Amino acid sequence: MITKEDVKHIGWLARIDISEQETVEYMEKLNSVLGYFGQLDELKTEDVAPTYHVAEIYNVFREDVVGKSIPQEVVLSNTENKQDGAFRVPKIG
Amino acid sequence: MVYENPDGVKIGLEIHIQLNKLKTKMFCGCSTDYHNAAPNTHTCPVCLGLPGALPVLNKKAVEAAIKVGLALEGEIAEETQFHRKNYFYPDLPKGFQITQYDFPIVSRGKIVIEGEDGEHTVGITRAHMEEDPGKLVHIGSIERSKGVLIDYNRSGIPLIEAVTEPDMRSPKEARRFLDKFRNILEYLDVFDGNLEGAMRVDANVSIHGGTRVEIKNISSHKGVERALLYEIMRQKNVIRRGGKVVQETRHYDEGRGVTLSMRTKEEAEDYRYFREPDLMPIRVTDWIPAIKETLPELPDVKRSRFMEQYGITDMHARSLTSKIMLADFYEGVCAKGVDPKLAATWTADVFLGELNYRDLAISSYDGEKIGFIHAKDPRIKKSFKVSDMVELVNLFAEGKISDRAAVEVIRNMLDTKEEKTPSQIIEEKGLFKAEDDLVTKAVAEVIAENEAAVQDYLGGTEKSLNFLVGQVMKKTKGTADAKIARELIIKELKG
Amino acid sequence: MAKWMSVAQVKEKIKESSAEEVTAHYLETIRKSKINGYITVSDKALEQAKRTDSEGHNGPLAGVPIAIKDNISVAGLPNSCGSKILEGYVPPFNAHVVEKLLKAGAVILGKTNMDEFAMGSSTETSYYGPTANPWDLERVPGGSSGGSAAVVAAGEAPFSLGSDTGGSVRCPAAFCGVVGLKPTYGVISRYGLVAYANSLEQIGPIANNVTDIAVLMDVIAGYDHRDSTSIDRNTEYQKALVDNVKGLKIGVPKEFFGEGIHPDIEKAVWNAIHKFESLGATWEEVSMPNIKYALASYYIIAMSEASSNLARFDGTRYGFRESGENWHAMVSKTRAEGFGSEVKRRILLGTYALSAGYHDKYYLKALKVRTLVKQDFDSVLSKFDVLMAPTMPTPAFKIGEKIEDPLTLYLSDVNTCPINLAGVPSISVPCGFTDGLPIGLQIIGRPFDEPTVLRAAYTFEQNTDYHTKRPPEVA
Repeated sequence: MITKEDVKHIGWLARIDISEQETVEYMEKLNSVLGYFGQLDELKTEDVAPTYHVAEIYNVFREDVVGKSIPQEVVLSNTENKQDGAFRVPKIG
Repeated sequence: MVYENPDGVKIGLEIHIQLNKLKTKMFCGCSTDYHNAAPNTHTCPVCLGLPGALPVLNKKAVEAAIKVGLALEGEIAEETQFHRKNYFYPDLPKGFQITQYDFPIVSRGKIVIEGEDGEHTVGITRAHMEEDPGKLVHIGSIERSKGVLIDYNRSGIPLIEAVTEPDMRSPKEARRFLDKFRNILEYLDVFDGNLEGAMRVDANVSIHGGTRVEIKNISSHKGVERALLYEIMRQKNVIRRGGKVVQETRHYDEGRGVTLSMRTKEEAEDYRYFREPDLMPIRVTDWIPAIKETLPELPDVKRSRFMEQYGITDMHARSLTSKIMLADFYEGVCAKGVDPKLAATWTADVFLGELNYRDLAISSYDGEKIGFIHAKDPRIKKSFKVSDMVELVNLFAEGKISDRAAVEVIRNMLDTKEEKTPSQIIEEKGLFKAEDDLVTKAVAEVIAENEAAVQDYLGGTEKSLNFLVGQVMKKTKGTADAKIARELIIKELKG
Repeated sequence: MAKWMSVAQVKEKIKESSAEEVTAHYLETIRKSKINGYITVSDKALEQAKRTDSEGHNGPLAGVPIAIKDNISVAGLPNSCGSKILEGYVPPFNAHVVEKLLKAGAVILGKTNMDEFAMGSSTETSYYGPTANPWDLERVPGGSSGGSAAVVAAGEAPFSLGSDTGGSVRCPAAFCGVVGLKPTYGVISRYGLVAYANSLEQIGPIANNVTDIAVLMDVIAGYDHRDSTSIDRNTEYQKALVDNVKGLKIGVPKEFFGEGIHPDIEKAVWNAIHKFESLGATWEEVSMPNIKYALASYYIIAMSEASSNLARFDGTRYGFRESGENWHAMVSKTRAEGFGSEVKRRILLGTYALSAGYHDKYYLKALKVRTLVKQDFDSVLSKFDVLMAPTMPTPAFKIGEKIEDPLTLYLSDVNTCPINLAGVPSISVPCGFTDGLPIGLQIIGRPFDEPTVLRAAYTFEQNTDYHTKRPPEVA
């Protein structure tokens, strides 16, 4: 089952800050759900193919024809953090 | 003579190629012509990853990938599909990259290069399609960055990533591989290598079966060679000092010519690949015959044909076929009846040399003229007509001008803006080869006017002969054939 | 003007008076609302209505108002997905279905409340507070399209659009006593729908009667080249509305009548099945042995896809942004602060299920179980025209009752989520009441056989009067 270390690691992979206290809470709730998921182990599925898509469609394409792009002001309209036409963020770290 | 590979060097490369000859991005209709555009002007909900936007695959990208696969003699997958590579970085607007994971479109190809010991095969494990992320510009230096500016114009540009087997045994072989690979891609016309960012390379190198180090994101072939030279030396030094090479990712500093350790992240990245649910799988092996038809004659085949058809040397053939447009230019010249061996010398040795000296990269050929742009300043453009080369080589073949004069004409045409034919330039500059009696007359005059030098030469000073030849050239304004002038002087003085 | 109108009645009213008056009537009803069904009421609605008046009411939905769930993009209106992290985000494009609605002349009243990022069955996880069930203001309207169903039940819109990933259209339709359809996967374009679980979800219409569902389907369904999962079908939905179920073969899967089902619900659903029988249909009990594993499979797949779909919300290009000493810190803080706890739990679980070492045990396993569930559906649907079952195991529960324990809440999806795994169509229609709270009957059909599903639903409606009942609380 999930340990505190696991929660910290997943928190990092998912880029969600988790406090010490929350780590314990998450651990408990996640383990409860994972316990429920465990019932799938009852099914034998070695010879079963996974279903990624319910519909069997193949070869969906578009032609190499130029379409419209959005104007720069509109692209940047949903943030105040911009400079010289670009999005601005702190150094990567 | 098998190459010993004294340091046990093993090099593998991961090459990212922009399919920048396609008009639109991989999953949306934004134009790929973004190089001189203002930031964030070639974007749409799809390549910005706005919530609710969905990808739709560019058919031409698939055709291009198959072309590349066939040219690399690889296998085209019966069924291929896209996967998500999940990680966080500011240039990745969706928080994942759409790429291919366990069913790449191309696998098991190869390229044969001129290795350290003759022909050497470099295996290509796989080649797959993916999208480019956006571009980051650090405010201030990378080390003391005050922030980052993000431009998503590049986000979604179609890429092919090719991964080689670790078959290269030296930086030189790596360089040759990249040159050949790029050449093939240019032949396929899916890629313009002159555009910035068109080809990026990650290099993996180990010595003596030791740990592999990755050097990321090198943008030139020369850079790859230099980075590898440095890194191999660095690894040798580590071992010599009794240390162990650490498995890590390094960054190549172009300016200082060194590889630097990248700051290691706190935790290991886990890409959690899973099949892209918004894209359907592709089964297009039935396209292969039609695409095969459209494949151009590839470099190795063209080289053999050139040697056979034109009777030229392997070296000349290699040089001429190193750039498809140069090869086409050469054939255009030969088609006009010029002696192919002469045309080869003048095109491969002289012409190409003058282009390289001036940093001019070949960028176009339309059947009538070959065009170049300056490698560092793409605003500088020049061209050279087939008819002009034909005229020049014929004049030389007919003995009307000396080789030095011909070189001068080429230089003149490349350096000036005016559009004059070789004949016009030769006329204006008086470069026509001096008539035989003109030379004889000049020799006689020079001998008469330079008593001292003549005596010195007859006394054993070889240098004085050069002086006398120089005087003849001066008198004939450079139109004399230097070799002939020398022979005439010797004949005159020594009988 | 009557409080509750069918689309046909709305169109009559528009002809009699004007689109402007009809829209003004709905806006007024919304103003007096006690249910918190809308997150954003459009300030352009009246203008849209006026324009269609002056242009002569062109289009099959000219002047007809509609409410849109707040995870379906409407250009120029904020799109919050019920979350703080999308604060202020205004999409610069319309979803495909919205384009179609606008082209048909519809008037967009506003964006409705929902569980945050569609993750929930009660609309209690919305950053904008819960929506109340019009039948009992202390109860949930269901979720995640709670707002869309509640406003239709409360007469605050003639019909609406929701989205259904594991039951999110059918659940609130059942709890609010209205009709909600989840179409076959691929029938309605997802372009513009903020993704929660791409391989499971579809946009679905919600209305007071089956006819209006078909009217909406005829406008919004159909192929869209911008959605690679969109299927090319030319179905005419209103043509399917025939009052006739003679010879209809109904399968009744016993696994959908598990122990958690409320006895009144079980009774009401069986009454409905017997009603169909009296109208000429036949029924037979069947077994779908893998259904009990559907819930676990559904949640693993949904959470895995969600963990990836929600990675784009990092404060860089839009929405809420928390400051940080560097980009990674900024992102981690933004997401910690901007997402609610249920969303965070699902992202963490999904990340875990896809992570190295667990991918095969959870994600791949869930996909294989999905195959088994789909096979169960294929098998029974080859012998029966439709399946019938309760939509929800319980009636609407009290606000706050189930929210503390995620697993309890997940279990309420037990009858709806298998349908999403198989990608088949399913509708919920009102079929009774328990203690004054509506009960939903689920009618499930073959892939692309919405016509049969709609015909069965329509026939039931024509021969019963449940759909005429209105919530007394908001009358």
